[in-house]
Amino acid sequence: MNLDLAQSGDLLQALLPELVLTGSGLVLLLVIAWRHRTAADLRLAAWVTLAGLAAAGAAAWWLWWHTARAIGSPGMIAVDDFRFVADWLLLGTAGLTVLVSFDYLERERLLAPEYYALLLFATLGMLLMVGGDDLMVVFLGLELMSVAVYVLAGINRHSPAAAEAALKYFLLGAFASGFLLYGIALVYGATAATNLSQIGAQVRTLGLGGSPMLLIGLGLLLVGFGFKVAAVPFHMWAPDVYDGSPTPVTGYMATAVKAAAFAALLRVLAESFSDVGAWQQIVWWLAVATMVVGNLIALAQRTVKRMLAYSSIAHAGYLLVAVAARSSLGSAAFVFYLVAYSLTTLAAFALLAAKGRDGERDVLIDDLAGLATRRPWHALALAVCMLSLLGFPGTAGFIGKWYILVAATTARQLPLAAVLVLTSVVSAGYYLPVIMAMYMQPEPSEQAHAGMRLGRLGGVVVAVSVAGLLVLGVRPNRLLDLARTSGDGLRASPAAPAATAVSTPTPTGR
Amino acid sequence: MAGTLIVFWAFAGLAVVSALCCITRRSPVASALWLVVTLFSLAALFVLLDAQFLAVLQVLVYAGAIMVLFLFVIMLLNLGRAGPTDLRGPAGLGVGVLLSGLLLVQLLALRQAGLSPSVAVAPGAVARIAAEQGMVPAIARPLFGAYLVPFEITSVLLLAAIVGAVVLAKRRL
Repeated sequence: MNLDLAQSGDLLQALLPELVLTGSGLVLLLVIAWRHRTAADLRLAAWVTLAGLAAAGAAAWWLWWHTARAIGSPGMIAVDDFRFVADWLLLGTAGLTVLVSFDYLERERLLAPEYYALLLFATLGMLLMVGGDDLMVVFLGLELMSVAVYVLAGINRHSPAAAEAALKYFLLGAFASGFLLYGIALVYGATAATNLSQIGAQVRTLGLGGSPMLLIGLGLLLVGFGFKVAAVPFHMWAPDVYDGSPTPVTGYMATAVKAAAFAALLRVLAESFSDVGAWQQIVWWLAVATMVVGNLIALAQRTVKRMLAYSSIAHAGYLLVAVAARSSLGSAAFVFYLVAYSLTTLAAFALLAAKGRDGERDVLIDDLAGLATRRPWHALALAVCMLSLLGFPGTAGFIGKWYILVAATTARQLPLAAVLVLTSVVSAGYYLPVIMAMYMQPEPSEQAHAGMRLGRLGGVVVAVSVAGLLVLGVRPNRLLDLARTSGDGLRASPAAPAATAVSTPTPTGR
Repeated sequence: MAGTLIVFWAFAGLAVVSALCCITRRSPVASALWLVVTLFSLAALFVLLDAQFLAVLQVLVYAGAIMVLFLFVIMLLNLGRAGPTDLRGPAGLGVGVLLSGLLLVQLLALRQAGLSPSVAVAPGAVARIAAEQGMVPAIARPLFGAYLVPFEITSVLLLAAIVGAVVLAKRRL
């Protein structure tokens, strides 16, 4: 199915998942305008949200099934497999977050059905980020996502920690957006284009590889994205924000927000700056710093939530290795790792939310002692999550790390591969104590784990995620094929429109 | 030409000075009023770039409507008094000066490099487009044509911001 994005009918089809999501967000707002008082209303809002996410996923699937591709001059939105796969990941993550939130919101007495509306809008922003073929769409999607997540972080107004987290996230997020916008302006100044493939074409034809304006713009773009993915040295906000936010929101931030920012970064680098070698060096240093600092600080943490926060910084480093590999193998490894990491982290945060009935901020690693005897299934699930984060064979985390290593060594980035292996070994120092506490230490008292309740829907989330991790750890081929075709789509696209972009006048009205 | 240059430097200098005042004043009202000055000088710079319509919009929307909103919020939240300074000691000041100096050096590097001729806009090109199409259509056509998708996303962004503000501000949760 070929879509000419200059035709409004085709443009509507290309934007179908986003339009469905916008529509369900508006419907949800109307529903909660009337029904917003009781816990039953909250559940209704959650089901409407799930239906909207499922419909958007089906729309993305429909486009993928018909192998939709954009023809003609490059437009505002990319139509390729990378977008569809990223859409599924983001919609799935949002859906699992909704399922975890059911119990959590009622338990914490957060009877605000707007929570789900904001979740929908944040997801819409992410879809636009990963699908945007124009820096303006990417930026607006990022802002839409950020504005909604700032509020989600502070939605528990009874908690001073949540208020601190939301304010910190807002201030630093606005700061990062400033960098990103300045970078976009400079890139526009150097190339007179905001469209990603047109920027790529201009860089190629004008030979802008050494142009200071383009390089400074690219650097500022990397700073802006670095803040959003919490790469060292732009990670300062992450631990406090992850720590203070409600746990389902933390899970959402650590997976979907990070995945969307990473996917947008990969698309921008691959489509616009594949001819500028400079970014590889920058990403190289970012990756090394992120892996080393994230893992070392995580070792010193005693609460589970902060440990997971630093662990997510470390995983951003592993993903940066895949970005730095700068090949289609790297993109495939990137997509696979993102899926594995998202499943694992979501399940871990869901279990943490179930454990911490009165303040999950205070759950120490030692508090998990003896969980295996009292709640064997929960302990098993958490153990699988920790092993997958560690990259233990038999789990999806291992396959993901393995492919990142292959991509890094194929790209002759041996130091990066070495740092990845070494820091993974270090990470055993904080993942394994969780398992040791659960299985090898005695329960401190009879009532130690009495309050832990996952709920039926939370149980579904954890069961699905853990089963997915184990299945992907043994049979990764289908997802790998999907990841490979999506990565190839990202690489192949700039070449085709490059020829048309130069010959035809740009449709920007200038 | 020299007259234009004098006007440019006057307003550019005013914009920089008032922006500095805006972020260094301790009283929120003073900050907001300095911001008005900044926005006015930017409008003047738009006029120099032959973008008179944008200049009018800048004054109407930013210097007018949005600034009034700022002042209303300051008044309603009773923030009129000067708060404590945000700068934590000489170290914070030093880091701030260092980072802004870095940005300044980058700007100077840009000035040295200049634009590649194929992307630079020829002098008078904007005025010519405005004369051919009219000043408003020259902005409206791309806005509702090529840039329709970002334009619509902006409306969703505003909606999300409104919902968020209501959630954070309403009395009963």
